[in-house]
Amino acid sequence: MWPAVLISSLGCYAEKLAGYLLPEQLLDRRVVHHVAALLPVALLAGIVTVQALSTGQAVVLDARVPGMAVAVGLMARRTNFLVMVVSAAATTALVRHLGWMP
Amino acid sequence: MQSPEATTGYAAVRATILRNALFIGLAVSVYGISFGAMGITAGLSVAETCALSLLMFTGASQLAFVGILGAGGAPATAIATALLLGARNAMYAVRLSTMLRVRGGWRMLAAQLTIDESTALSIAQDEKLADGRASRLGFWAGGVSVYLLWNTATVIGALSARAMGDPKAFGLDAAIAAGLAGLLWPRLRDRESWSVAAGSFALALVMVPFVPAGVPVLACALIAFGVATSTLRRHRELMG
Repeated sequence: MWPAVLISSLGCYAEKLAGYLLPEQLLDRRVVHHVAALLPVALLAGIVTVQALSTGQAVVLDARVPGMAVAVGLMARRTNFLVMVVSAAATTALVRHLGWMP
Repeated sequence: MQSPEATTGYAAVRATILRNALFIGLAVSVYGISFGAMGITAGLSVAETCALSLLMFTGASQLAFVGILGAGGAPATAIATALLLGARNAMYAVRLSTMLRVRGGWRMLAAQLTIDESTALSIAQDEKLADGRASRLGFWAGGVSVYLLWNTATVIGALSARAMGDPKAFGLDAAIAAGLAGLLWPRLRDRESWSVAAGSFALALVMVPFVPAGVPVLACALIAFGVATSTLRRHRELMG
């Protein structure tokens, strides 16, 4: 995977540098700011969905679902990040261990 | 010449800025450990995982990149998603460039440290304080602290995941999803961001059976474009 690692790293650096080098008028527009701010929301929501509910090209409901339910509940209570992640993992591991869900 | 009050004010906030920079670095290192573990689970080597933290150094892009590869997505899809997620760093750089006053090699270095946390710590300071020194300290202290701790945490996460054996027995796949949700959660601030997230959830889920892995995530970018342009159009109509 080295080529992909290096190409994406170079690309992400180029984006950071572009903000310093390009003329301000080019990037400093409302629509550009707005899209850049919403892109992480859209892509992260998409990737959370795929990570939690799919395996390859199949939609799957397995032990990750109770783990995520615990995670969402804890985030809504503003629990610390580490506690939230560990609780989600522990829930999923337990459900799997008990053989309730794969 | 700086006024004496400005210098005293700066001395007072200096310690606070440095302490906050350390706290941000420590908080981020929790994500760094998750990222390191995730890289190994996705099938990358320890060296590749660490190279991402050293070179790419922008958390959401890194997590998305290994997430898509781990799900069996094509490298091109992973690269495209990482770049779309990294676009906001260019916006941060536009905001920071006049305030940082850097040229040449320092500018190249500043670019690498331009991420969520360094930008946040910089713009949280009073820009007028001590001729902008507080803002600049916020950026550099935040950036260096996060860089060092993020990379250290990546190594720890990668090495421990390699020692772990079957990651699914430990619920690591759920930990990855939960970690990504933890990045998303603070960005859900208003109706617009909630509707972008809900739309992306639905679109990704519907697309999963029909397209190669990673493509459903990439397609969610269209929702961000669509909602952003329609919001601005509505704003313009309201303004007349």
